[in-house]
Amino acid sequence: MDLLEHQGKQLFGRHGLAVSDGKAVTTVEDAVAAANEIGYPVVVKAQVLIGGRGKAGGVKLAADEAEAREHATNILGLDIKGHIVRTVWIEAASDIATEYYAAVLLDRGAKKPLVMFSSEGGIEIETVAEETPEKLVRDNVDPLEGLTREHALDIAKRGGADEDVIEGVADALLALYEVWIEEDCSLAEINPLIVTPDRQVKALDAKVTLDDNAMFRHKENAELGDSANADPIELKAHEQDVIYVKLDGDIGIMGNGAGLVMSTLDVVAQYDGKPANFLDAGGGSDAAKVTQAIELILSNPAVKAVLLNIFGGITRCDEVAKGLVEAFAQLKPTVPFVVRLDGTNDVEGRKILEDAALPNVHAAKTMDGAAELVVKLAKENA
Amino acid sequence: MSILVGNETKLAVAGITGREGSFHTLNNRKYGTNVVGGINPKKAGENVEGIPVFANWADTVAETGANTAMIFVPPPFAAASAQEAAEAGVELIIIITEGIPAHDELKLYNKVKRDHPGTRIVGPNCPGILSPGKANVGIIPASFFKEGNVGVVSRSGTLTYQIGNELAQAGFGNSSIVGIGGDPVPGSSFIDIIELFENDDQTELIVMSGEIGGDAEEQAAAYIKEHVTKPVVGYIAGFTAPEGKTMGHAGAIVSGSAGTAAAKAEALEAVGVRVGRTPTQVAQIAMEIVGK
Repeated sequence: MDLLEHQGKQLFGRHGLAVSDGKAVTTVEDAVAAANEIGYPVVVKAQVLIGGRGKAGGVKLAADEAEAREHATNILGLDIKGHIVRTVWIEAASDIATEYYAAVLLDRGAKKPLVMFSSEGGIEIETVAEETPEKLVRDNVDPLEGLTREHALDIAKRGGADEDVIEGVADALLALYEVWIEEDCSLAEINPLIVTPDRQVKALDAKVTLDDNAMFRHKENAELGDSANADPIELKAHEQDVIYVKLDGDIGIMGNGAGLVMSTLDVVAQYDGKPANFLDAGGGSDAAKVTQAIELILSNPAVKAVLLNIFGGITRCDEVAKGLVEAFAQLKPTVPFVVRLDGTNDVEGRKILEDAALPNVHAAKTMDGAAELVVKLAKENA
Repeated sequence: MSILVGNETKLAVAGITGREGSFHTLNNRKYGTNVVGGINPKKAGENVEGIPVFANWADTVAETGANTAMIFVPPPFAAASAQEAAEAGVELIIIITEGIPAHDELKLYNKVKRDHPGTRIVGPNCPGILSPGKANVGIIPASFFKEGNVGVVSRSGTLTYQIGNELAQAGFGNSSIVGIGGDPVPGSSFIDIIELFENDDQTELIVMSGEIGGDAEEQAAAYIKEHVTKPVVGYIAGFTAPEGKTMGHAGAIVSGSAGTAAAKAEALEAVGVRVGRTPTQVAQIAMEIVGK
C-alpha cells in the first residue's frame, strides 16, 4: 500500500524522524484555519500518489491568509494525471540550506535491506544514479544485525553530507531504517532530506510503501492509503481478497495465479484482443469467491465478453464451475463466456458446466483456443 | 535422476490437519511420495489417514527421519515453522503458503543461510516440486506430467502447469518441475535451480518461466552465459501488463533495469536463450531444439 506524504510523515514522526508541523485538511476553510494556526509562511501541498505535484501546480507557498485561501481553492479538486486532490497538507515552510536524498528498501537481488544516501537531493534520483553514480551510496545491511550507528555515519560521510551534519544525517538514516523495519515497509524514501540554515536535518517529503501481507500486525495502519482515488472495482476486489486491475479494453479476464493471468493477457493481445481487466482469483478459490469475482468483472460496463482461464493446482475446477453456475443464476449475464478448465478436478468441473448448459458459455480446450474465441466473440458483441 | 525430490524423499508437512494441507498431502502420498509425518502442536498423537501428527519439527525428525519439509501453515506462522524445520536438521524446506510478510521472508532467508548453510528453501508462495514418476511435493496437478528430459523452473505456479502441459502435449516429459515462487525473497532463485538441472543427467533441456518485476531473470541470463552448457528456453509473462503500480523510483534503480518483460526477454536472448512469446511457442521452440 502506497501512503500519501502526510501519512508517511506520521510514520516518520512515530520513530523520531524530524518533520515539519502540519495538518491534513479537505476543505478550503479548514486549510485557512490550519495555516493561521501554524503561522505564515506555510506550504500548501496536494496529497496524491503520483509524482510531479510541483510541476502540476500542486505545491504552493503562502505568505498570508489570502494566499493560503487562494492556493487551497486552486489545489483542492485539482486533477493531477488522473488523481483528484481531495486532501491538502498545510505545513510550516522550511528554510532550506541543502537538499539530500535517503531511502531504505528491499534489495531483491542481494536479499538484504538496502540503504541509499546522496548529497544530491531534491531532483530525480534516477538522474543521479545514471549520471553521477559515485554520488549515490548504496549499502546492503545484514537484516539480522540491523543498521549500526557506525555504518550510518560512514554512509553519511561517503554520500557527501556536510561535515557538521554527519551526526544528524546518521540519526535520520537510523530512524528511517527503524521506520522500514518496524512498520513493515517495502520502501521508505525521503527526497529531499533537508538541512535548514540552523543545521537541523529534516524530512521535507515522504514516500512510503507498506507490505500488504504484513497488515495483520499493523492494525493502526489499516486505514491509510488513498482509497478515495482508487478505482471502485479495485477497492471492492481488495475487500474480497482478489487482485483486480482495471485495464481499458473490452474482454473480461479471470484466472488463477498472477503469472497465468498475465500470460492470458499477453495471449489475448496476440490475437488482437484488448483485456478489460486483470483478475487473479488466487489459490484455493471456492465457488462463492468465483461468483463474486465474476460479479466484479461484469460491473465494468465496457466488458463485451469474458474469458475464464483456470489451470487448477490448489484451485479445484469443480469449485470454479459451481461458482460460474451460481453467478449465472444470480447475475444472468448477457455477454458471452469462454471457459477453459484444466488441472485439479477438471473432469468434474467440465461435467458440471456441461450439465448446467449455461447460455452463451463456450468451453475451450486450450489457452490459445480460448483466447482466439473470446476475441472473436467480443468483436461480434461490440 | 531428478532434482530435489525423488525416491529418497521423506516428507513431513506442517499444517497437515488444515483443509488444503490434508487434501494436498494425501494427493502427494497417493502419487507415491513417502509421507512420514505432519505437525500440529494441538493435535500431536493423532493421525491423518495413518500419517502420524507430531507436536513440533524436532520430534518429527527424531521419530521419522524426515528430510523434506512442506509448509502449509497460515502466513503469520509460516516463517517460524520453516525456521524450526531448519533447526531440526531438515535439508529441503518447501514453503507453499502465500501471503507471508516480506520482512519475515527476508529474516528467514538470511538466518537459515547463516546458521544452516546446508539447508535449501524453495518458495514461499510456490506450487512445490514434482519429479514425475518419483515424488510430488506440493500442489502441482501431477497427472498432466510424465517422466522425461525437460527440467522446468518457474516463478509462477499456474503458469508452470500451463507450460508443462504445453510441453506434454508436444510429447515431452519432465525430469523435475520446480516452482520457486513469485515473492520478493524467494529461498531459491532461477540460478540455484538451473545449476541443479545443469548437473542432472536426466535433464537435457531447461525451460525457465519468469515474469515482470525484480531482476532474477537478468541475473539468470548472466549465469547461463558463464555456466550452462544445456539448451535453455525462456518465457516471460507480462508483456502487456500495465506499468508497476506500487514500486517507487528506488526500486528501478536497484534492479538496474526497468524490470519489464521486454528487458528480461532481451537479456535472455542476448545470451542465446530463445524466448517464447506464448506458452505454446515455448513448446514449439523446445521441439525445434531437441525434437522428440
